[in-house]
Amino acid sequence: MTDSSQPTSVVRVSGVDKQFTVGHGVTTALDGIDLEIGRGEFVSLIGPSGCGKSTLLRLIGDLTAPTAGSVEVNGKTAHAARRGREYGMVFQAPVLFEWRSVSDNVKLPLELLGMDRSERDARAREMLALVELSDFASHHPYQLSGGMQQRVAIARALALQPSILLMDEPFGALDEMTRERMNTEVLRIWQQTGTTIVFVTHSIPEAVFLSTRVAVMSARPGRITHIVDVALPQPRNEETREDPRYFRHVTEVREALRSGGALGAEPALVSEERMAAEGGIG
Amino acid sequence: MPRSPERGWLRPILTFAIFAAFLFVVWEGLKFVGGDPWRTETWIWEPPLEIWFASDLLLPHVWDIVGALAAPVQRGSDESLAQFLAGAAFYTWREAAIGFLLGATIGIGLAALFVHSKLMERALVPYVIASQTIPIIALAPMIVFAFGPNVLSVVIIATYLTFFPVTIAMISGLRSPDPRALELMRSYAASRWSVFWKVRMPASLPYLFTALKISATASIVGAIVGEGPGGIPNGLGRAIINFNSQYISGPEKLWATIVACAILGIAFFTLIRIAELAALRGRGLRTEAA
Amino acid sequence: MTAAAPSVGIPLPPRPGRLLRMGRTVRYYVPAIAVFIGVIVLWELAVRGFGMQAFILPAPSAIGAALVENWGAGRWPLFEAARVTLFEAVGGLLIGTTVGLIVAFGIARWATARDAVLPFAIAANAIPIIAIAPIFNAWFGITNPLSKMMIAALLVFFPIMINVTRGLTQVEPSALELMRSYAASDWEVLRKLRLPNALPYFLTALKVATTLSLIGAIVGEYFGGASNVIGRVVVQSASALRFDVTWAAILLGAITGIAFYLAIVALERVLIPWHSTVRGEHPG
Repeated sequence: MTDSSQPTSVVRVSGVDKQFTVGHGVTTALDGIDLEIGRGEFVSLIGPSGCGKSTLLRLIGDLTAPTAGSVEVNGKTAHAARRGREYGMVFQAPVLFEWRSVSDNVKLPLELLGMDRSERDARAREMLALVELSDFASHHPYQLSGGMQQRVAIARALALQPSILLMDEPFGALDEMTRERMNTEVLRIWQQTGTTIVFVTHSIPEAVFLSTRVAVMSARPGRITHIVDVALPQPRNEETREDPRYFRHVTEVREALRSGGALGAEPALVSEERMAAEGGIG
Repeated sequence: MPRSPERGWLRPILTFAIFAAFLFVVWEGLKFVGGDPWRTETWIWEPPLEIWFASDLLLPHVWDIVGALAAPVQRGSDESLAQFLAGAAFYTWREAAIGFLLGATIGIGLAALFVHSKLMERALVPYVIASQTIPIIALAPMIVFAFGPNVLSVVIIATYLTFFPVTIAMISGLRSPDPRALELMRSYAASRWSVFWKVRMPASLPYLFTALKISATASIVGAIVGEGPGGIPNGLGRAIINFNSQYISGPEKLWATIVACAILGIAFFTLIRIAELAALRGRGLRTEAA
Repeated sequence: MTAAAPSVGIPLPPRPGRLLRMGRTVRYYVPAIAVFIGVIVLWELAVRGFGMQAFILPAPSAIGAALVENWGAGRWPLFEAARVTLFEAVGGLLIGTTVGLIVAFGIARWATARDAVLPFAIAANAIPIIAIAPIFNAWFGITNPLSKMMIAALLVFFPIMINVTRGLTQVEPSALELMRSYAASDWEVLRKLRLPNALPYFLTALKVATTLSLIGAIVGEYFGGASNVIGRVVVQSASALRFDVTWAAILLGAITGIAFYLAIVALERVLIPWHSTVRGEHPG
């Protein structure tokens, strides 16, 4: 599973534990996580509610800190990587600023970086073209559908041309058909930019369709139980979804989930909202 | 980073106390530097400067104000100023409370009407808003003339100031439920009455309480403003008018009355806040500062 | 933060032409106008027909006549009075807003400031203006417009402070996380997130503040002021039993207040066209 001499390793999670104090007790969200992600990979984290997949993503993004172990991104600590603005993040909700136009929303990280105006304009145009929303540059978020807002969020996340893109169930709020369309979009963007992507989802078909590898997690405590290598050819498209190998991988992931105790797990002892408020559990 | 939601109740009180002490120091400090001479039995202090608002007339010593509270309200009376003000405050509060309840009821009623009839809303909301541009102090004598110099006029004035924030807040509040919840009720063929009580009213409670906190102080102001023209002898309004005319001879009394008004306002506000915490318990909403 | 979206994201059709939009706005206000006309007519009829006490409540026609007669000349030039009162109100609005903003920023930034200042702000808000007016008149000078400005400022301070504080602090947690993922400094979060978020709250408070500032100025004038201001006109005409002029003055005060309020509504349209109140989902 890990090869510590891997030269193109972009994310290295070693021996990470994460515990939360909830009320009077301590909950272990993640226990002994080891994961290496290579350059240009597309890795999905999948697992049942409470398995810690969102927490793991946020650890990689330095939005929270591990209780034990270390997270390295691009050879530095996750904290340094965040300060260096080396990754882009897409949340489940688009989190666009309603007072900014689409184009200005994409420019937000560029302003924070101190890029000058003409560069910002050019980069924003480039990103909107990438997500195919150039016609909507001066619209405001309220004028856009949910799927389009997420595309703007993706354009914004890519605006700094980060080497890593972290995506936390970005299409969870969308309907199935829009979601499949967005999957194809993400793959196209991935291929055009070569960004490494870490993707959290609870949809098995989505995980298999998008990824080069799928990390299957179990709940309470959160652990990575299996890694499934998805050996489907690139570029993938709608036909891939009907390929028998695709179905085999889906089954493989499903069985991995089941054997990790995902289906038929015990009910939550603490409400999910409370845990999410404490810092996020997938 | 997870952080405990309550910062403890002790710390805010300490901070407030320290700030109050700081204000006290500033108040007396200004008088020390630029007010009237300080006289005690053995010792006189002449402030070096002259700050125009720091004279004993315009800015009485804090201890003089406190002292006036303990002293008799009038020469020869055996009631202290503090007792007098407490009684007056309670009297005013009762008028205000009636106006508050009436105003809140009217506000909710109007909002309910507007939510169910867009026509009525378009016809009347501009006047609801315009009603607040008329200074009540100008209308008060007219109201007293129409309804007589009695508690009824005072209650009407208090109601007038109370209903507006409640109306405006409830219009938003009654419209706030998730459209899907409303659709669910429609799928049960629920009557508009049930929808109102089971969905809209519960959803509007946070908005209602925000408005009620504003209305609490507004009702007190209305009651006090109305007592003057209304000729009510027992309330804070009359106290203000009397102590204002006696200002030259005893400025501390007016200041003490102002303090009493402020305390009354805070007390009523706190009462509503407690009711709010009880009513909204368990919703997991962030109840904000005020 | 992002409002509910339409389900299909096709480019919106071009906005209906200006004439059509104006027609729609006019039609929107027809019921209110109808109510206004109806009430005026009924009132006029009641005074004439039933000989109602024209003493306290004159007919609309009498009020209108008083307004016209006394507009520029006469014992109580109303236009001049309204102008001075408005001047006091605007001054008070500026002072109160400035102080309110400063305190709001302080409270939003430091929880200690909040604990210290908020109880005093609530207390100050509870003090009825008729207790403060005499003191401010004494402090700043009865005929000095500044005394009326300070009274207005006191009324304006609280809604501005409360609303701006709310706008600065009630920011969506996911937006704060987004800014953290960009390693944005506190200053950048303030400039790019908190301030734009607070703007709609500020404008809402400003709408309330305009009417309050005018009321503060007029109430202050009640207790004494330069002779030609709305408050003094009300007091003097009432004691001269010229209630038609009294009502004309009150009416003028109300109209000024409404105009002041509408000015802020127009400002909202310009500054926050994307906000739900401007898009027409709620009244005012």
